[in-house]
Amino acid sequence: MFRNVAELLEQANADSISISEVMIRQEMDVHQRSREEVMGQMERNLQIMEEAVERGLKGVTSHSGLTGNDAVLLQQYMAKGNTLSGHLLLDAVSKAVATNEVNAAMGMICATPTAGSAGCVPGALFAVKERLNPTREQMVHFLFTAGAFGFVVANNASISGAEGGCQAEVGSAAAMASAAVVEMAGGTPEQSAEAFAITLKNMLGLVCDPVAGLVEVPCIKRNAAGASNAIVSADMALAGITSRIPCDEVIGAMYRIGKSMPSALRETAEGGLAATPTGRRLADMIYGITKGKE
Amino acid sequence: MKYQSVFDIIGPVMVGPSSSHTAGAARIGRAARLIFGIKPTWATVHLYGSFAKTYRGHGTDLAIAGGLLGYDTDDDRIRFALETAEKHNMKIEFIEDTAATEHPNTARIKLGTEKSSMELVGVSIGGGKVEITELNGFELRMSGNKPAILIMHNDRFGAIASVTQILAQHEINIAHMEVSRKDVGKDALMVIETDQNVEDDVMQVLEKASHINRVSRLMN
Repeated sequence: MFRNVAELLEQANADSISISEVMIRQEMDVHQRSREEVMGQMERNLQIMEEAVERGLKGVTSHSGLTGNDAVLLQQYMAKGNTLSGHLLLDAVSKAVATNEVNAAMGMICATPTAGSAGCVPGALFAVKERLNPTREQMVHFLFTAGAFGFVVANNASISGAEGGCQAEVGSAAAMASAAVVEMAGGTPEQSAEAFAITLKNMLGLVCDPVAGLVEVPCIKRNAAGASNAIVSADMALAGITSRIPCDEVIGAMYRIGKSMPSALRETAEGGLAATPTGRRLADMIYGITKGKE
Repeated sequence: MKYQSVFDIIGPVMVGPSSSHTAGAARIGRAARLIFGIKPTWATVHLYGSFAKTYRGHGTDLAIAGGLLGYDTDDDRIRFALETAEKHNMKIEFIEDTAATEHPNTARIKLGTEKSSMELVGVSIGGGKVEITELNGFELRMSGNKPAILIMHNDRFGAIASVTQILAQHEINIAHMEVSRKDVGKDALMVIETDQNVEDDVMQVLEKASHINRVSRLMN
């Protein structure tokens, strides 16, 4: 099994295969499964992601009432055709938001790598899909590329907000998406790694400070930022821009930053935005109402 | 390496909102239910760290209750698990514990019936992946999403050999194995993660092997 990004690239280059193909072959080898089984399971994950986006674009509201329907607002705004950041970028943002709005409403999603960060990968994928017109198989490959990078992060750092803050969740998710966009757009494995490094660098230090402990504020908008970051960084890597700090070292930095974060900023709802006067007021309101019902 | 599969990263398919606090919590609850083997009538759940601070917002209580009812991470019924547990006469109590634990997302589940009880500690390490770290006071390390057998036995020579021999005879491959004991020559626990499910006939043979007191299992 590849232990880091350097080994992942080495394997891809040694066999002249894509990163997604390295991941597929490893999964078959380690778990003694056929290509059909492995591809089939990922296809199902893709299906779930698609359904979540569709549902979110129709509009959902969370149980707390804190979040929902922003994906719809964005699509309506885009339909007017006069956006500043452009259709593809906002499409990614709206589809990331759609996914996380469904997640917040306790709907069915596919964790990528976590539920709180589940919007970045499908957001980027389904937006880029409109431009690159991939086959279904290429879309499944996209998820394996994202998964390969996430695999390295999970084993060398963390993908848990409680352990490493939001940088470990949305930071990882955005970087995974970025690497996968590069492969789908025809970039090299090295360019995927550069895109991953650039994206994660730009999300280092991000804390996990959910208001009322809910995966809503600011999680949903952080996925919007993650998806857009992924696409911009992919473009940078495809333009030939490289990260001065190698990918594996960026992952190491993310891990150490997470380790030095105080517990109040690691998913305890005790610091950051959760501890603002409004954050606390919302928490009181939500749990006051819940308790009233019991 | 903690994570062995790409589907630990892209996946699981799950009911929101949190992979660690909802999906992971459901898996810990489900592991407890499967290892206990029968429907418990009561459960006391101690939540630590981030679990304790944010469990209501994340539906951790619903997820653990769902797991105790046998639901998997992608089971829509998780949303109504507390009501369902009540209907099934399963009394579940949640306690926000302030004790420090090694990992921030830790749950200690004590559960039982009038006749027997069990205690299990599970940790949700991220992305829905969990580790079972303690069973009835024995330390262990088990993923909870692979087939496994847990064997309470006497710490005597030959106990392990007899178990592995039975598994070999039934062509069951061992993926990971751990033995822990509280004292030399006393009760011990063997945890064996396997590549294949351990079926009823093998369980019956294992139960009869010498120095074996109790056998329970996790199936995929």
